[in-house]
Amino acid sequence: MPLALITSPHQHAAQTTQRVMQHLLLATVPGLVALTWHFGWGTLINVALASITALGCEAAVVVLRRRPVGFYLRDCSALVTAVLLGLALPPLAPWWIPVVGSAFAIVIAKHLYGGLGYNPFNPAMVGYVVLLISFPVEMTRWLAPASILPDGASLPDLQASLQLVFPLLGNTPIDAFTMATPLDTFKHSQGLLVEQVLAENVWFTQGTWSGAGWEWVNLGFLAGGCYLLLQRVFTWHAPVAMLAGLSLMALLNYDAGSSTSGGPLDLHLLSGATMLGAFFIVTDPVTSAVSHLGRLIYGALVGVLIYIIRIWGNYPDAVAFAVLLMNFAAPFIDYYTLPRTYGHEKRGRATKMKD
Amino acid sequence: MTDISYREITRNGLWDNNPALVQLLGLCPLLAVTASVVNALGLGLATLAVLVGSNAVVSLIRHRVTNAVRIPAFVMIIATFTTCTELLMKAYTYELYQILGIFIPLIVTNCTILGRAEAFASKHSLAPAIADGALMGLGFAAVLLMLGAIREAVGSGTLFAHMDLIFGPAAANWKIELFAPGYSFLVFVLPPGAFLVTGLLIAGKNAIDARIKRRRDALKTRPVKGAKRVRTTGVIQ
Repeated sequence: MPLALITSPHQHAAQTTQRVMQHLLLATVPGLVALTWHFGWGTLINVALASITALGCEAAVVVLRRRPVGFYLRDCSALVTAVLLGLALPPLAPWWIPVVGSAFAIVIAKHLYGGLGYNPFNPAMVGYVVLLISFPVEMTRWLAPASILPDGASLPDLQASLQLVFPLLGNTPIDAFTMATPLDTFKHSQGLLVEQVLAENVWFTQGTWSGAGWEWVNLGFLAGGCYLLLQRVFTWHAPVAMLAGLSLMALLNYDAGSSTSGGPLDLHLLSGATMLGAFFIVTDPVTSAVSHLGRLIYGALVGVLIYIIRIWGNYPDAVAFAVLLMNFAAPFIDYYTLPRTYGHEKRGRATKMKD
Repeated sequence: MTDISYREITRNGLWDNNPALVQLLGLCPLLAVTASVVNALGLGLATLAVLVGSNAVVSLIRHRVTNAVRIPAFVMIIATFTTCTELLMKAYTYELYQILGIFIPLIVTNCTILGRAEAFASKHSLAPAIADGALMGLGFAAVLLMLGAIREAVGSGTLFAHMDLIFGPAAANWKIELFAPGYSFLVFVLPPGAFLVTGLLIAGKNAIDARIKRRRDALKTRPVKGAKRVRTTGVIQ
């Protein structure tokens, strides 16, 4: 066996924006597959609609701003925004939900603030929050995964799915397979012991850890996140800190499962948008804090906020709100966590003080 | 400071120095109550009335109030007119008064009014002061109306709903349905929509100004470049 003499640094190719974005797109595949497997065609349709709209809006705005269109479309950043938004939306939402959300994300949250690299808020999450507060009915109508539908019922096939998304094509009733999400179910089971909820609710009796279907979706995003970590698209600080913050809050408030308990740890980690948020949203280099310490603080506070809003807020899931709130705070965190420059004894100040 | 033309007052109030789009004053009511045309019109008219009244009285007493107590005096005058407006609205448009709620008494704190009293009415005679109040009020009301119309159209899908609150029962059927019934885009009804639309209006005004400036610059005769012989000595006969 020949001895290969390899010395560091080992990373040869420079990471371009385009390559990073392509890695991200690739990493969403396991989550997308899990969503499609458990909830049917809806997510694929969402992603497709959001992507087409995002690319169209991106091209239109770039033309208006008199910038080179091809250059901006090739960096795939609009596509990533659209895919993340599409993954977060409830499957089989009417067609204008992904279209409005993705247009809002690209035009208002991204380009009005100056385009990629200048946007203070995560565009996909802005799009999601705008939709959530504007169209609460459509945005909270999640489906039941195929595995817990009653006997004889099945998720709509492609044609029925398209009819649901584009009501003009035909009429299919949706109520047969809609269902509150595990987090929503748990939120509205107050007065029951955690044990009872877990024993009586079909989500948890059919699921292994935290709700049938949802746990696999989250594991899919976790797998994608690990791929991105191995590819060194981002460092471990923000996602690990976010999961740690959320876990800490969940453990502190579990109180052995009383009727006022905040819910078990695995429910918080493997349900809702936790893993999507931890590996695809919190790691956004533009809207998060910059230094390692800053990212630890940023991620941890996102995790804590997610728990606070999930348990004491009005919404069952809170990743988007928590991320947007911490986007506000990211420059503030950066100000206090400026790293020491190599060769200097003390770390500098983020802004010059007046003499 | 007394020789200001009415033309200039008009330009300032409606465009160049518009209280809502340029001075960015009175943003609290501007953002809070402009979810529909009827609310915007109600608040716009109330503010206009207070602004004209306070400008007139401040101008009349401008020589008698000493500099030290002028601000309290202005505030008292504005509060008086606000209370009058409030009582009038209670008498004639009670339902609208209830919808606008706290924002009618809060006209007292609208910086536009105190700003005009301080910057204009206390330095000019009665007629220009009234004109300034009216045109600043109209400029403010125009922006309120545009905001109200855009937010009502995009947010609720209607225009001129409930106009009978101001114009009486005859206006009950002015409502225009723009989209299918049941349409709503809540963000534009809620405060974030007000911020967004106000930002877009300001951007639109700046874009128009920039275009006007560019056109005017293009019309100007350019100085001729290059050397030119200039007679510097001797006397031209």
